[in-house]
Amino acid sequence: MKLPLYEVFVRSKRGLDHRHVGSLHAEDGGQALKLARDCYTRRGEGVSIWVVRSGDIVASQEEDAASFFDPSDDKPYRHATFYRLPPEVKNL
Amino acid sequence: MTEYRLSDGELEAAFQQRVDEERKIEPKDWMPEAYRKNLIRQISQHAHSEVIGMQPEGNWITRAPTLKRKMILLAKVQDEAGHGLYLYGAAETLGVTREEMIQALHEGRAKYASIFNYPTLTWADVGVIGWLVDSAAIVNQISLQRTSYGPYSRAMIRICKEESFHQRQGFEMLMPLASGSPEQKAMAQDAMDRWWWPTLMMFGPHDSDSMHSAKSMQWKIKRRSNDELRQDFVDQTVPQAEYLDLAIPDPDLKWNEERGHYDFGEIDWDEFWAVVSGDGLCNRERLDRHGEAHREGEWVREAMRAYEEKRQST
Amino acid sequence: MTPSRALPEFVLALGDDSLVLGQRLSEWCGKAPFLEEDIAIANVALDYLGRAEKFYRYVSELEGGRRSVDEIAFLRDSRAYRNLLIFELPVGDFARTMARQFMVDAFHLPYLRRLSRSADARIGAIAAEAVKESRYHLKRSREWVLCLGGGTRESRGRIQRAFDALWGYGPEMFEMDRHEKALIESGVSVDRSALKAKWQASMTDLLAQAGLKVPDREWSIAGGRDGVHTEHHGYLLAEMQYMQRAYPGLAW
Repeated sequence: MKLPLYEVFVRSKRGLDHRHVGSLHAEDGGQALKLARDCYTRRGEGVSIWVVRSGDIVASQEEDAASFFDPSDDKPYRHATFYRLPPEVKNL
Repeated sequence: MTEYRLSDGELEAAFQQRVDEERKIEPKDWMPEAYRKNLIRQISQHAHSEVIGMQPEGNWITRAPTLKRKMILLAKVQDEAGHGLYLYGAAETLGVTREEMIQALHEGRAKYASIFNYPTLTWADVGVIGWLVDSAAIVNQISLQRTSYGPYSRAMIRICKEESFHQRQGFEMLMPLASGSPEQKAMAQDAMDRWWWPTLMMFGPHDSDSMHSAKSMQWKIKRRSNDELRQDFVDQTVPQAEYLDLAIPDPDLKWNEERGHYDFGEIDWDEFWAVVSGDGLCNRERLDRHGEAHREGEWVREAMRAYEEKRQST
Repeated sequence: MTPSRALPEFVLALGDDSLVLGQRLSEWCGKAPFLEEDIAIANVALDYLGRAEKFYRYVSELEGGRRSVDEIAFLRDSRAYRNLLIFELPVGDFARTMARQFMVDAFHLPYLRRLSRSADARIGAIAAEAVKESRYHLKRSREWVLCLGGGTRESRGRIQRAFDALWGYGPEMFEMDRHEKALIESGVSVDRSALKAKWQASMTDLLAQAGLKVPDREWSIAGGRDGVHTEHHGYLLAEMQYMQRAYPGLAW
């Protein structure tokens, strides 16, 4: 199949994020969108669809994982659970 | 950005550790070449099976006996196309194109499930395929939801959700036959007689004879062995057949109290290997027809590319 | 023809149109040019089969349950089917299928829109559902005509030949039969002949846009509403009715 590959994202309900559901081949974005409707939402799975050319996705690399993600591991102060408050203090 | 490179040995150890810890492997992760090859082989074979599997059932869409059955069957065969699509997509994340996979199929380098080399002769065959063949597929696919490769696992989760409709519709379709007129009952029993053994063959050779099994298990591409899965299938299916009052064509089939499982007879492995190696009733026809549709579609795909190019340039 | 007799006849014809095209489109299953399109075209087929089922159910009720939906769908001979000829023609190649689809979609969308306001609430409700489907069908078939017309020499040749071959089956979509005429006054049916000029304009527009020629000689063939069909019709029925004919009276 020499037609370009598209990645399909479906929002299943208003208020939720678009989620990656798979891919398909199409000649352009418009056709990809229509085909995505037929291929990925036959059971009422969605209220909105995004399609993106797979080649346009820039992804982080496995070998960069350490430099990308480890630095955030030692910053527990970014998480609410880091802060211990007296039990009598409510609503925080 | 990368400051140092891990050796292949280190990478492989890290890879196996990730697999052992049940963390998924994702497309851009480092993976052993053999793992990639093995996955491409298995996923594309799986995709081809979905697509070739459209033929035997599709054979009855235009002849379905009622409007409701026609719609159900068309929706079902359409789902198989969808499953093929999900799986081709999963395989494409490994750097192989759909065109290459289809070419491998046409040249006989890639296989598909042998079960689809049997003909659908009567309407009851459609029901039996839905019930037996899809049940067998689900038994296998449920275990594959936990496969180590992320895109394959996600495709399987999606597929399993849809397959449960297939299996249920197959059984439900057989109910009026099994409780119907004598000729309907005979039609259902005849279908059972022809499809039972080929369905058991779907799980592949005995574990001891299986070529790809050991490595696939270590890498958690495959999660359970052929014989385990086959036993599961028999155990769950016998009571269903009893409910339909259809006889299973195996004189050795009986409950084994001690094992807590059904014992069953030996598969005709000569038939199995004959069909696998291309000499089933429909092997040639299935491939011919797929090739024909693919070739006939070429001018349309050409037109799409040409049209898109023209639009880009204006 | 009294309106009360005309109503089931009118609805039956709508059901026949849908069934016959749904049956034809379902022949593509497993044979489309690529997998995504295979799925898409099956969706269109399912839309038509679903429509047929709804229309026949209404007919069955209007007849007081004398015949079931499936008896209506499967147990008549060719002469008793009232579908327009364009729906029963063989699928041909992909260009032929899409040219037909564009011709019927461009008719269906405005037609169903009006029919959705039918004085008969049941017909109106079925049509209202169908409008949504046809709007999507038209988007698809329109794109395909543009693509095949603007694609390669071969695709342009094929889609042009398809329109040439189908052209004369278009006008029948705008001919009123006696049942529809009997139901016009009460607002149950829609005057289809009034839709013809717009349809022709949209054909001419799109064909021009796709770089195709509007067939220069006007011709028209009709007969479907009177049960005078093409020779293809009998084979379509033979296949579709096989089970009901071979095993009469059984439940499936």
